[in-house]
Amino acid sequence: MGIVVQNASFDPGQMLNQLHASQLGIGAVVSFVGYVRDFNEGREVAGMLLEHYPGMTEKALQAITEEAAERWPLLGIEVLHRVGHLAPGEPIVFVGVSSAHRQAAFDACHFVIDYLKTRAPFWKKENTPEGSAWVEARETDESALARWQ
Amino acid sequence: MIHLQLFARYRETLGVEHEQIPWRDDFRDLRSLRDALVQRGAAWQVLDETQLMCARNQTMCSLDETLEDGDEIAFFPPVTGG
Repeated sequence: MGIVVQNASFDPGQMLNQLHASQLGIGAVVSFVGYVRDFNEGREVAGMLLEHYPGMTEKALQAITEEAAERWPLLGIEVLHRVGHLAPGEPIVFVGVSSAHRQAAFDACHFVIDYLKTRAPFWKKENTPEGSAWVEARETDESALARWQ
Repeated sequence: MIHLQLFARYRETLGVEHEQIPWRDDFRDLRSLRDALVQRGAAWQVLDETQLMCARNQTMCSLDETLEDGDEIAFFPPVTGG
């Protein structure tokens, strides 16, 4: 299980390969990659700043991955989240899960990103032509949790 | 002493990233700390909004969570990572 919070960009393909490299019992790897869009709520986005709560961030991600590992028979989980300045097109987050069969991997990956969205202390501030603005949380993110409760 | 931390919009609005707050005997839970901060004046009323989130010693909790001397308490708007 791996948790990484970093400024630097990453290669999703390399993350996927790492997940599979470790064990031959793995039959399925499911991943989610989040990217910076060049628009949001009808406004152009030139880039964003990702703030976080050092210390709590790692604890929150650890708790989320541990819960996933308790709920599904997983062989590996990797979560990488970037902080700092990001440009459109750059990857923000990687969630990758491996298991013997696909259903556990699909469900666990979905669970981890849904929980991360509402329980991990990250905040996005977008740069737009009108200035910079904090991104408002979406109610749909909170309601996405309901399916796992 | 309470180790207060503020993040994102709250940190920016109040110009405070962290602050050491002397312990008070009327501190009971995170709500009592929040209420004491709101009483500081206009700008601090930002902490009175219903969507406020909080954490005690780096774990998310509710405003009803018991507060103890020495705690690290964070107030922040809803998270928007991922």
